[in-house]
Amino acid sequence: MPKPRTYQTEAIIIKKTKLGEAGRILTLYTPHLGKIQAVAKGVRRPRSKMAGHLELLTHSQIALARGRNIDTITGTQTINGFLPLKSDLELSACALYATELVNQFAADDVEDYPVFQLLLVTLQRLSQRENSDLVLRYFELQLLNAVGYRPQLEQCVACRKPLKETTNAFCPGAGGMLCSSCRPTQPFAYPLSWEAQKALRLLQGGDYESVSRMTLTPELSHQLEVVIRNYIRYLLERDLKSAAWLDALKAQSGQANLSPTAPT
Amino acid sequence: MNSEIPPAAGAVDRLIQELNRLPGVGPKSAQRLAYHLLRASDEQTKMLADAILSVKQKTKLCSTCFNITDTDPCPICRNQQRDLTKVCVVEQPQDILALEHTKSYNGLYHVLHGAISPTEGIGTNDIRINELMERLKGSSVTEVILATNPTLEGEQTAMYLNKLITPLGIRVTRLARGLPFGTELEYADDVTLTRAIEGRQEF
Ligand SMILES: [Zn+2]
Ligand SMILES: [Zn+2]
Repeated sequence: MPKPRTYQTEAIIIKKTKLGEAGRILTLYTPHLGKIQAVAKGVRRPRSKMAGHLELLTHSQIALARGRNIDTITGTQTINGFLPLKSDLELSACALYATELVNQFAADDVEDYPVFQLLLVTLQRLSQRENSDLVLRYFELQLLNAVGYRPQLEQCVACRKPLKETTNAFCPGAGGMLCSSCRPTQPFAYPLSWEAQKALRLLQGGDYESVSRMTLTPELSHQLEVVIRNYIRYLLERDLKSAAWLDALKAQSGQANLSPTAPT
Repeated sequence: MNSEIPPAAGAVDRLIQELNRLPGVGPKSAQRLAYHLLRASDEQTKMLADAILSVKQKTKLCSTCFNITDTDPCPICRNQQRDLTKVCVVEQPQDILALEHTKSYNGLYHVLHGAISPTEGIGTNDIRINELMERLKGSSVTEVILATNPTLEGEQTAMYLNKLITPLGIRVTRLARGLPFGTELEYADDVTLTRAIEGRQEF
């Protein structure tokens, strides 16, 4: 049975590349078609009726026409423009990091509704100015669950014994925690405090209510960020470009908070 | 296969191919242009060829504003009639042409040659931000107008520059973001409309 020539879908715009003089190729994350690419003609012209609805970090309803190689966007309407995200440098950096992560882990044209929901709710939480560290760590662990890289945090990945309530080691290559007796067998493993292990389990558990009540000290927050980032880097075999920008902004705001205002 | 084509036709073919690579020139237009050039006088074609060659050989970036220019500093930076207290920051040299065309701005410019794009790996050191900051320090500039594009990348660049420049005691303004002229309200997106409402002015 031939597919209809046109179709509609909700989508979050996760990547855009210029095409020719005024067009773009957009990467869309959709609830039921997964990650798809589409051409948007003329959107870089000021009079484009579609441009604002097709900006990064926008949740839109999109109409498409099937093409031989790639589908073309024929109409669009914003569902949520996430204005608070777009008006704040740090928040937009956080949101771009989340979309880059989805783009990296998602295969083309594979439906994954939980991932769509997760990305959407993450953008909502960020734009409501919830604790962005918690929102991102929760997003990372839930995404890893969804795409099949759930790290083993409850028992030792080598001997399968439950972990003692003490510092154990996280081993990206083994996909989880190692107990103190098994740790020497694996060269690449990072020590992780019991406090950090408990936090990771809570983040992995999926109860955002409890997660949102967590208090993260800067040290703990940094520990979690590093261990998850290393695991993701191991899985993707590359650094995320947007992570570097996030770090640069953090370093800068850290500096600004420490030093008194420059005399004028 | 190419060797079987007679040399004359080969030259035309090559010209069509090269023209076809230009933005906005499809295969049909490329053909039309090529045959037009074939019929044109020697002098005409030589002038065109010279113009194309010199655009690469003779132009450079202005060491002050990074606009494309034949002379350094560029004509705008050298012009005594311009307002030295204002610098308008744009993403690319073409943006200067568009703003100059309006004849409603008389200050100076600064071309960033891009915008911050975290997911493309374009950071602050990849565009001319450090050069702008160096230029502003100890200068007579009292206002910086951020005229980066109203895209996510342009907005991020503007927010970042605002954070850097405000502590210098220089006034930072942003081009008004609202409805483009000639558009209809019903097609505007929420972000544009919200900003248009926030930025409304007395009639
Ligand atoms: Zn063990
Ligand atoms: Zn200049």
